[in-house]
Amino acid sequence: MNRAALLVLADGRFPAGGYAHSGGAEAAVKAGRLTDTASLEEFCRGRLHTSGAVAASLAAAAALGLDPGALDRAADARTPSPALRAVARRLGRQLVRAARAAWPHQRLDALVRDFPKGAHQPVVLGVAAHAAGLGPEDAAYCSAHEGVSGPATAVVRLLGLDPFEATAVLARLAPDVDRVARDAVAAAHRAAREGIDTLPARSAPLLEIGAEAHAAWPVRLFAS
Amino acid sequence: MHLGHHHDGPAAVSADAHRPDGTRRALRIGLGGPVGTGKTATVAALCRALRQELSLAVVTNDIYTREDARFLLREAVLPPERITAVETGACPHTAIRDDISANLEAVEDLEDTVGPLDLVLVESGGDNLTATFSRGLVDAQVFVIDVAGGDDIPRKGGPGVTTADLLVVNKTDLAPHVGSDLERMAADARAQRGDLPVVFQSLRGEAGVRDVADWVRARLAAWTA
Repeated sequence: MNRAALLVLADGRFPAGGYAHSGGAEAAVKAGRLTDTASLEEFCRGRLHTSGAVAASLAAAAALGLDPGALDRAADARTPSPALRAVARRLGRQLVRAARAAWPHQRLDALVRDFPKGAHQPVVLGVAAHAAGLGPEDAAYCSAHEGVSGPATAVVRLLGLDPFEATAVLARLAPDVDRVARDAVAAAHRAAREGIDTLPARSAPLLEIGAEAHAAWPVRLFAS
Repeated sequence: MHLGHHHDGPAAVSADAHRPDGTRRALRIGLGGPVGTGKTATVAALCRALRQELSLAVVTNDIYTREDARFLLREAVLPPERITAVETGACPHTAIRDDISANLEAVEDLEDTVGPLDLVLVESGGDNLTATFSRGLVDAQVFVIDVAGGDDIPRKGGPGVTTADLLVVNKTDLAPHVGSDLERMAADARAQRGDLPVVFQSLRGEAGVRDVADWVRARLAAWTA
């Protein structure tokens, strides 16, 4: 247990670029699917159990020590939208920079060498967790938490939503985050035994489609 | 920023003054200041003044569009591959101060694709009087205000006005029309800034961006010395 390091890595102020991304919330707001606290909660729950579960599994598997190259290919295969693949790599590159400064480690150096333009963010997150002395469960929690806290923060800016309400949404989602993190760790151990192809491959088609549309907007608040 | 410890791994983490191959990297100068004071116009003028003598590139940090980058492209002050827009999620001050990772990446990518560079100008989106750059991102910063925003801005101070390496008071040609007292602005700026330099400029005037360009040249000479 290295709880303090987990708090540093999970802190929304960890300087790894997340503040500029809405996790698909901006596209959903524009499309009229995300309008208030209730729809924010549904949006986050949907994201958590689809792309969020995949990301948490990848992060847990990377923290467990599985090959980052193979995990990165698995992440590519599970991300149909080219825009989202580009975003994941950009955020991965930003995260590896911050993580190397915080927890210098040869696995992070190797990531920079092997992926000069960035590996998928969840993979980097898992390796960063390992470098910080954390385990697969911590990595899964970080990934699942930021997968819902990012959109919630963004919606406060996009809709002028009451920040207390948005935080209450995250609190209500906590049991879901617990479950997704637990499942992600189990999936990582299974991938270690039976191969990376067994990792979950759930997807949220509207997030993928929305990301492609969003990437083409001339005016937007968030990068994705 | 490195506190003397050594990195064996590839690529710089933050404000290393040298490239991975040991050569001195480009000088990075940040330009910040409130909305509409003429930051982008100053960047454009600097590009025109310096592009013949230096290899330079620009990173813009817009608030919600790529408008500043588009302006520079439209004005053709530099070839398009030398201008990069960083998206800031409505928080330019975060991108230039609290989480500089996207800007560092943009700077490094410019070095990779069009380098080696002598100078990178990093422009912040218009923000408030407290928006300053991280020393992990830039080596020196310029804060741009204008006479039309009120001649009491230098007196009000704030980190930008007080600590920037250069304070630019722009649009001096408008002073008589908006009732701004340049003498008073100069005296207030001196009181806030001590010996730190202040430039009063009108990009419409004959001198244009000359004084700021000279300041940049002096910083660059000190950087490469």
